[in-house]
Amino acid sequence: MHGTKILDEADRLMTVCNSCRYCEGLCAVFPAMEMRRAFSDGDLNYLANLCHACGACYVDCQFSPPHEFNVNVPKTLAIARADSYAAYAWPRVFAGLFARNGLAISLIAAFSVAAFIFGFAAVNDRAVLYGIHTGPGAFYALMPHSAMAALFGAAFLYAILALVMSLRAFWRDIGEPVGMRADSPSLWQAIRDAATLRYLDGGGVGCFNDDDQPTDRRRLYHHFTAYGFLLCFAATCVGTLYHYFLGREAPYAWWDLPVLLGTLGGIGLFVGPIGLLAAKRQRDSVLVDETRHGMEVAFTVTLLFTGVTGLALLLWRDTTAMGPLLALHLGFVFALFITLPYGKFVHGLYRFAALVRYARERKMMASGTTGE
Amino acid sequence: MVDLHRKFDVLVIGGGNAALCAAISARQQGASVLVLEGAPKFYRGGNTRHTRNMRCAHDAVTEILTGPYTEQEFWEDLLRVTGGETDEELARFMIAESKDILDWIVEQGVRWQPSLGGTLSLGRTNSFFLGGGRAMLNALYRTAEALGVEIMYDAEVIDLEIDNGMFLSATLKHGETSASACASALVAAAGGFEANIEWLKQYWGEAADNFLIRGTPYNRGAILKMLLDRGVKEVGDPTQCHAVAIDARAPRFDGGIITRLDCVVFGIVVNRNAERFYDEGEDIWPKRYAIWGRLVAGQPGQIAYIIFDSTVLTSFMPSLFPPIKADTIAELAGKLELDPAALEKTVASFNAAVKPGTFDHTILDDCRTEGLTPPKTHWARKLETPPYYAYPVRPGITFTYLGTRVNKQARMLMKDGRPSANMFAAGEIMAGNVLGRGYAAGIGMTIGSVFGRVAGREAAKNARN
Repeated sequence: MHGTKILDEADRLMTVCNSCRYCEGLCAVFPAMEMRRAFSDGDLNYLANLCHACGACYVDCQFSPPHEFNVNVPKTLAIARADSYAAYAWPRVFAGLFARNGLAISLIAAFSVAAFIFGFAAVNDRAVLYGIHTGPGAFYALMPHSAMAALFGAAFLYAILALVMSLRAFWRDIGEPVGMRADSPSLWQAIRDAATLRYLDGGGVGCFNDDDQPTDRRRLYHHFTAYGFLLCFAATCVGTLYHYFLGREAPYAWWDLPVLLGTLGGIGLFVGPIGLLAAKRQRDSVLVDETRHGMEVAFTVTLLFTGVTGLALLLWRDTTAMGPLLALHLGFVFALFITLPYGKFVHGLYRFAALVRYARERKMMASGTTGE
Repeated sequence: MVDLHRKFDVLVIGGGNAALCAAISARQQGASVLVLEGAPKFYRGGNTRHTRNMRCAHDAVTEILTGPYTEQEFWEDLLRVTGGETDEELARFMIAESKDILDWIVEQGVRWQPSLGGTLSLGRTNSFFLGGGRAMLNALYRTAEALGVEIMYDAEVIDLEIDNGMFLSATLKHGETSASACASALVAAAGGFEANIEWLKQYWGEAADNFLIRGTPYNRGAILKMLLDRGVKEVGDPTQCHAVAIDARAPRFDGGIITRLDCVVFGIVVNRNAERFYDEGEDIWPKRYAIWGRLVAGQPGQIAYIIFDSTVLTSFMPSLFPPIKADTIAELAGKLELDPAALEKTVASFNAAVKPGTFDHTILDDCRTEGLTPPKTHWARKLETPPYYAYPVRPGITFTYLGTRVNKQARMLMKDGRPSANMFAAGEIMAGNVLGRGYAAGIGMTIGSVFGRVAGREAAKNARN
């Protein structure tokens, strides 16, 4: 029937759910399902990525296990979702990185950190590596700005390219013509839905994680993480602008915009990932795709280390520890960049695209026109 | 672990909407409350698990209801569906109380949403539970637990000690052990006996072996039977049950909503002999779906087949099992193990009798047969566009009507007409007081919440005195 066994199971469940529809008020998945009577692979991947894993439909379902109908939508869609990350990976040869993602990301991060430490040690003599550097351009005593910009610029551009190509494959597979521009109201709706994690609240009751009580706080921790990430990214952008347009070189004073943004972001990347990792440990095993534990954890841990090493660098940048800390931080940032297209980060991309599509579908249904 | 040595103010037997409303309302009056649910935790709540909405009167548009539904209109609907088999005083009391329930139930943590896809006809009258009946139950249990109501699962009550209309104690089986629970007042909210095949056989004979039960296997009517045996006055026709035609491939128990089929009006229905037996187009489906269970129960082998062609395949709500499909009527008959010649003859004579008309399934249209017995009086169109499809159907039993007589306090009445000293009833176990026959969507939950709330309050008062 479908490409994989899990898509067959997702199809079976969507048939059960489409006959029931009690959950249609909980999130976007079920209304999107109701717009269809049959489900292609692309449709199922769309629904899988639309699911925010709030767990409410499992707790509310009269047919969830031990019922013989064995309806477990969150877990089934979690597996299908993780499968879809590998299916859309670009270039195809790297799809295998999703198979043992925890190991892959750990190795890449370890190599990246080691490369920076050995690189720093090889290029700089001990006096420079363990010296105290302050004032504008202090970081560049250890690594020339041009080298840093070239290396990270290349990594970043590669990540963007790979992500765009993956997103294109997803967008095409869920049935949207390539090159179709999402109309701006749908885009704006999706931005709001993603920014507030609208569908991570069980339809208003709250999310489920540990058990059948809606006490989950993943939405809060995800906000810390996602906005922390965005603030850090903004800090980097502002620093780049400072460098090229104002001729002002890092490091900046603690009150300056890049440092303020980076510090707030760093705190977010400290608090958020710890909260998310704790929630993951406590998550009811019935909702979890155990085989993907590595992928679930690897990206979050990379973010945590990026945040922690960044904060450490800020705190001890005026000491002899600056050199090693800079190497450590740059190692994690580099690893984060090059693994963005091959880890849990892509969930945000596909989910956003799914939300855009959902907003478009809703609008088309409301206005009575059919799809293309 | 619940301490059964203490005497509770109120003992609630049952674990569905009515039971939880009673437990919460009694606890809010200050009573200590013990709930005994016979089912395991997953199956808690009996038929409430499978519900999705409640019918409440309201005078104005609300956030989720598209228009007013006055007490008078509710009463007229009830009168119509029951054919007058209702206690007007109790029914009007329930309808008046239902207005307040819309808010009260929200205060207990339940959330509403607009009517579900495919149920637009109920958008004005019925409030839907966000996440369905189990979500509603979960909210009530959370509230009850937070208030300090004690709850035991797998706690099957096997005996009630009742002396001259006064409840003294209940004996329960919990795993391997049995224990006794004492309370000053009893609320019986343990449902009907639809899952008790032996009991159904008393009225339906061996045919009951072919019935499917839409809810859990735990609705066995044990409490109802004990109460009636110990002098409580009965109400409702014991021989009757609410039965719809559901997919014959559904499991014996607990198939719920997803095995229902809404396609009778789009085709023809034949029995094991490949013969039609009733007018499939008598009235719009929401008004007729509830007669088809009984119609199928009256057919040989308690089985029938809805036959339609490819033109209407997507005209009705999808259901769990795919229809059986064939390119010719004879081939379809073969797959259904019917006589091909007989089915071909039935379809041919139906097709020959269809008069031209303008098809519109939302109204009583003018597509009908002429000179055919039984006729199809609306939505009759020839079955001539292959492939052809069929759903096998059997009677699916939703609930039973037999119950305990109560007054406006939800207090049980004894056979001699006097009120019980300390026994109350709510929900399906007393639904027959207001719903002697028939059904209107969502009314079971109204009965449960209104009388549950009243029963809990009165039982708490009773325990104090």
